[in-house]
Amino acid sequence: MSAGPATPAVALRGLRKSFGAVEAVADVDLEIADGEFFSMLGPSGSGKTTVLRMIAGFEPPTAGSVLLGGRDVTRLAPFERDVNTVFQDYALFPHMTVRQNVEYGLRVRRVGRAERRDRAAEALRSVRLDGLADRRPAALSGGQRQRVALARALVVRPKVLLLDEPLGALDLKLREQMQVELKALQREVGITFVFVTHDQEEALTMSDRVAVFEHGRIAQVGTPAEVYERPATPFVAGFVGTSNLLGGEAARAVLGREGTFSIRPEKIRLDGSPPTAEETSAGGRVAEVVYAGATTRFVVDLDAGARLVVTQQNLTTTSADVAALRGRPVRLAWRTEHAVAVPVPAVPTPLPKESAHAYR
Amino acid sequence: MTLSRSARWLLRGAMALGLAFIYLPLSIVLVNSFNADRTFAWPPPRWTTEWWARAWENAGAREALWTSVQAGLGATAIALLLGSLVAFAVQRYRFFGRETVSLLVVLPIALPGIVTGIALDTAFRSVLAPFGIDKGLFSVIVGHATFCVVVVYNNVLARLRRSGGNLQEASADLGADGWQTFRYVTFPVLRSALLAGGLLAFGLSFDEIIVTTFTAGPGVQTLPIWIFSNLFRPNQAPVINVVAAVLIVASVVPIYLAQRLSDTAGGGRL
Repeated sequence: MSAGPATPAVALRGLRKSFGAVEAVADVDLEIADGEFFSMLGPSGSGKTTVLRMIAGFEPPTAGSVLLGGRDVTRLAPFERDVNTVFQDYALFPHMTVRQNVEYGLRVRRVGRAERRDRAAEALRSVRLDGLADRRPAALSGGQRQRVALARALVVRPKVLLLDEPLGALDLKLREQMQVELKALQREVGITFVFVTHDQEEALTMSDRVAVFEHGRIAQVGTPAEVYERPATPFVAGFVGTSNLLGGEAARAVLGREGTFSIRPEKIRLDGSPPTAEETSAGGRVAEVVYAGATTRFVVDLDAGARLVVTQQNLTTTSADVAALRGRPVRLAWRTEHAVAVPVPAVPTPLPKESAHAYR
Repeated sequence: MTLSRSARWLLRGAMALGLAFIYLPLSIVLVNSFNADRTFAWPPPRWTTEWWARAWENAGAREALWTSVQAGLGATAIALLLGSLVAFAVQRYRFFGRETVSLLVVLPIALPGIVTGIALDTAFRSVLAPFGIDKGLFSVIVGHATFCVVVVYNNVLARLRRSGGNLQEASADLGADGWQTFRYVTFPVLRSALLAGGLLAFGLSFDEIIVTTFTAGPGVQTLPIWIFSNLFRPNQAPVINVVAAVLIVASVVPIYLAQRLSDTAGGGRL
């Protein structure tokens, strides 16, 4: 196993969960290394939250097992597991102050009052909330509640911290700030983080490794670069980043190859200079121009029949320059190796073989 | 929405008229309890506290008050227990017939009291009497509990829905066992909802008359029943005014408190 010679912090073996006739999680095998920042990425209903709840112990699996630090905890209650959860809606106790919320895990473990105070104060300091210890959760902003939930989970020093879309309720600026803080906090405390999100950018920027979920199965596991640069299925190519696929007739005409290929929008240039020996090129017409400040997105209809999205940084161009390109013929070029073959799975999605290092 | 000047005054007038129609007769009862004239001449020629003293000394009224308090407390206790159990079941678990159970629990408050009364009377006389359970104070408590359960159920269910199901999960996640979760999280969050539901239940039981008529055993007389049976005795009329005044105050206070408690969301103050 590539998780290293050490025992993985979390191991899932053949995990399944059915709710009546609905199979929410279908046969998930996964190993998460100690100290890893691991994201489970997928659209809503893809089973990622259910997997998280089975690790925490809130849902009993229909089949399979959950191992924490090598110990089988499948049949144990949540309070018997050395993991803590940061809930999507924070689930702060409304009748307790911030300090009482943070102290709760220590109080039920019968830690002495003085030590409780010290550790709660330290945890609140680590999330920069020291001044608000005597407030009620109702008197806090969303970002502050988020930090209380973090401090409350971290104060009991779990082996693994589970985070269920913890940034989902925050606005964009705060979310970006919390992403940086979470990552820094994780490095500082050295705890394994298992992070559930539907936001691909969040998963890519924060994680050591990402598992992409589709219909209760893992479509691909890998580092953010692997998942982004070499998507294992068309679904991953589309969900992680912009879906830019060349297949069938268009692939034959442009690339001279059979199969389906993914080309990331930022790898394509349309500056018009002739393609070099390492590049593939294709002619087309600009159908749409979307100016987005730092970048511009061009939707280009290829003469060969496919549609590709191209993003360019607005290094020297202005909105007026790029708008003038609408409707014009252009020549696209990209380095040949950036057209990545994407195996199209027979339905249902089988487990991709090239990410086998993440499995047993 | 902005209303024209005349519309605003018209609506204010209608509101004042409506409230006056409800509360003026009640205040007349209060005033008349101090009216020295035996036939309640209006305006009162003289004032007196004699009726209050006579009501206090009236053994029948005092006994009826004590019976009412017992019945109210008993019905409230049953309602608190059953109402919160059902609310937990409906909120936390998905089971066959969940919606039906919810409807059946709420229904008794809408059922005509006379039907409930007759049904309970029959049940007690023909089914339970052979087992030695006769009509008495206990049957009154059970009768009241049938509709008191609703108010506790509604209050607790509303609180459970608002506080979100995962407070219990969060507590367990942080290492608390079932008893600790109940003691530190579930009960404190519900406390004010239970109190509000309990006060409402007591208020409902305290002035109930129809179901009581059918379920009370011989010699069991609650305060409303005592009033009703003494209403047409001319020399008891002043005393009845006093008892009615007491009933008004005794009903207003719990309802007022219950409303305050329901409005304070977090339940932090109590």
